[in-house]
Amino acid sequence: MDKLLTPSGGKSFLLLGNEAVVRGALEAGMAFATCYPGTPSSEVPDTLYRLRKQYPDKVKYYFEYSTNEKVALEVAAGAAVAGLRTLCTMKHVGMNVAADPMMTLAYVGVNAGLVIMVADDPSMFSSQNEQDSRYYARLSGLPMLEASTPTELKEMTKYAFELSEELGSPVILRSSTRVSHAREAVKFAKLGKVKTKAEFTKNPMAYVTVPAVSRRLHLRLLDVYDKAQAISEKSELNPISGRGKAGIVTSSVCANFVADAVAELGLKNQVKVLKLGMSWPLPEKKIARFLRSVDKVLVVEDLEPLMEDALRVIAQKKGIEVDIQGKKSKHPPVSSDVAPPSFFSRAFEYNPRLVRETLAKFMGLPYKAVRPVNLKDLPQLPGRPPNLCPGCPHRATYYAVKEVLGDDAIYPTDIGCYTLGLLPPIKAADFLICMGSSVSSSAGFSRAQDKPVVSFIGDSTFFHSGLTGLVNAVYNQHNFTLIILDNGTTAMTGQQPHPGVDSPALGDVDRRRVDIEAVVRGLGVEHVQKVKPYKVRSTMKAIKEAVEHPGVSVIISEELCVLYARKVRPISRKPFMVDPDKCKGHFDCLNKVACPAMFKEGGQARINALQCVGCALCAQVCPEKAIVPMRKEV
Amino acid sequence: MESLRIVNVGVGGQGNLLASNLLGMAALDAKIPVMVSEIHGMAQRGGVVESAVILGGGKSPIVAQGEADILVSFEPAETLRALNKANKNTLVISNIRPLPPFTVAIGQAPYPDPDEAMKIVSRKVGRLVSFDGQALAEEAKNPLSLNMVMLGALFAAAELPVPVRSIKKMIRTHTKQRFVESNLLAFDLGMKTAKAA
Repeated sequence: MDKLLTPSGGKSFLLLGNEAVVRGALEAGMAFATCYPGTPSSEVPDTLYRLRKQYPDKVKYYFEYSTNEKVALEVAAGAAVAGLRTLCTMKHVGMNVAADPMMTLAYVGVNAGLVIMVADDPSMFSSQNEQDSRYYARLSGLPMLEASTPTELKEMTKYAFELSEELGSPVILRSSTRVSHAREAVKFAKLGKVKTKAEFTKNPMAYVTVPAVSRRLHLRLLDVYDKAQAISEKSELNPISGRGKAGIVTSSVCANFVADAVAELGLKNQVKVLKLGMSWPLPEKKIARFLRSVDKVLVVEDLEPLMEDALRVIAQKKGIEVDIQGKKSKHPPVSSDVAPPSFFSRAFEYNPRLVRETLAKFMGLPYKAVRPVNLKDLPQLPGRPPNLCPGCPHRATYYAVKEVLGDDAIYPTDIGCYTLGLLPPIKAADFLICMGSSVSSSAGFSRAQDKPVVSFIGDSTFFHSGLTGLVNAVYNQHNFTLIILDNGTTAMTGQQPHPGVDSPALGDVDRRRVDIEAVVRGLGVEHVQKVKPYKVRSTMKAIKEAVEHPGVSVIISEELCVLYARKVRPISRKPFMVDPDKCKGHFDCLNKVACPAMFKEGGQARINALQCVGCALCAQVCPEKAIVPMRKEV
Repeated sequence: MESLRIVNVGVGGQGNLLASNLLGMAALDAKIPVMVSEIHGMAQRGGVVESAVILGGGKSPIVAQGEADILVSFEPAETLRALNKANKNTLVISNIRPLPPFTVAIGQAPYPDPDEAMKIVSRKVGRLVSFDGQALAEEAKNPLSLNMVMLGALFAAAELPVPVRSIKKMIRTHTKQRFVESNLLAFDLGMKTAKAA
């Protein structure tokens, strides 16, 4: 049995932060969970999905991967308003998608605990921006808890359900990469009882947000805010530790850096630390008392200076004379690396060294940091960018597109593995801002300039937010070609299913497959063609026809993700080899296909048979026909 | 207890995250405070993978530049890339079998000479233990057991507060059943080699 389903409490297990969220939810008796996956939040839904599948008799909750975060939160809202304890998870940019329902659900409230978990990604390890989701607590008026360790993630998840019910309001639980992807010993409590059926009592004047209702509900929300603030004032999640005339206010993973720095610098009796685990509403009275008790305060928070600015407001309102220090107004130098910042600013995650140094300076302590070794005389290092896998069908589609259109087209792209098409030699990515932007931005590009526009979107992303853009394109008669890269799974975030997936093949008998081609035709697209990308010539022909077609055209390039195929369709193709008698060293295979299974040796191309999956793309590209299926004796 | 900061670096597919996870579980088994951190996302696509294990009570889940007590590297070029984590006292344990990135394989970028790289590293850090870990994994008849070799070398070269029996227990209970024997052999080979180094 899985450790996460241990019925009793008392024992400790090493848990990933995201697994700790799952355990917390199970201890709280969660009955319903929805999500759209996204790093660094994905292991929460992935674990819920796995447990439900592996232990259908032990697991009581309903779980779904929803098509996007807005849908996930709306499904969750229905369940929680009906009366089931519900969890809804997403990454920080997903909260933008969920923001519309969230803002008004905050007015309506819930009848059973609803926890909205969001995971931020400071320094952008796997995200398109590093927006600070703490703004959403302020924007929506919803209470926010912020965890700094896996243990806190578990405890706060559990408590968030109780808090949500106490207030009749959804509660946001904020995590981040460094908390969700940390592991530590987490002590279990016993599993909670699960109430799986609710009874909804109609009350349109409370649940249907027409203006007359919403005016009252807005006041209700403000009342919830006041109640939440009173709770925050007394909350054990906002502890003060240490003593002294210097203060630190911190939250999230930064609280760990502060704890270590205070211990390492021996400042326990000189510095007083206020840690905000319930970071919204702010416990203003407690903060005011804290500010009065010290001469100066250092605010340690990565991303936006939200606590810092709030402290200044509180000090000004209450007339407290205190020196508040936090972020510098300058920014770190521009660099494409994740360079650790050397001062507190609004960009990139903080780290233990930065916090220790800043605290030493704040306290006027002489402090000599350990110096990293001198790196000036290191030899130049080859880059190691992530790459499309050997045999990835995206590479084949990209090859065909580039053969037909070269660099003479605009290529809006989208979010998934295929974003790696950005890199040479493919270089078929010209614009990307968010999920679904490939389709809609193509409309703008095709109207604004004259080059052909060909955009790329994955199957999961298409269901997430490609549909509405495509309807818009049909209705407004835009002129571009959309290529749906259908690899049968959500490859980037860990092969989660989505509506286009062959669910029975995964053992998900309770899910139905939605046919992408039928959807596209149903949306009114007239020129739709399905291609098999490993068949280069026919794919190129289809692309040419689609681009020549006036108006919106769609190509569905259908081939399973190679990593996923290993799991669900383990038929093995023969690896290929380069016939040394035929290879004349044109290197079209290396220069145009650039499959990681290939390398150069002795003026010829070679194929690593262990990596080759036998897709035969390179064999179709070689002008000498020198790439052939591997012979037995080799 | 003084905290011990260990950084593991490697390339996607080398089993770096599993090594950190096993070490974390072994620490828990031995009642040593532990915090492990990982960067997920690109691991399957040939990118650089880094994880950290902080033993003995540190609360911060990451190791800042220059602050690794131990750097375990699964690949020689990655040893150089991660050297910014090291200081003059750091113990570096490195596999010397290159896994050239694609840019090198197609002749577009040079790959540093591994022996030369190790010479540079040994001049800069407290101690370097380097060896062909991949050869040991192959000797254990499990080419994917490099992570076990590196764990073995770590346990031999460093004074960890975690006993060997705890990590072996975790290898036995948390790696795939059909690989347990070869994994344990790989671990022992890594230990033996690092001890002799």
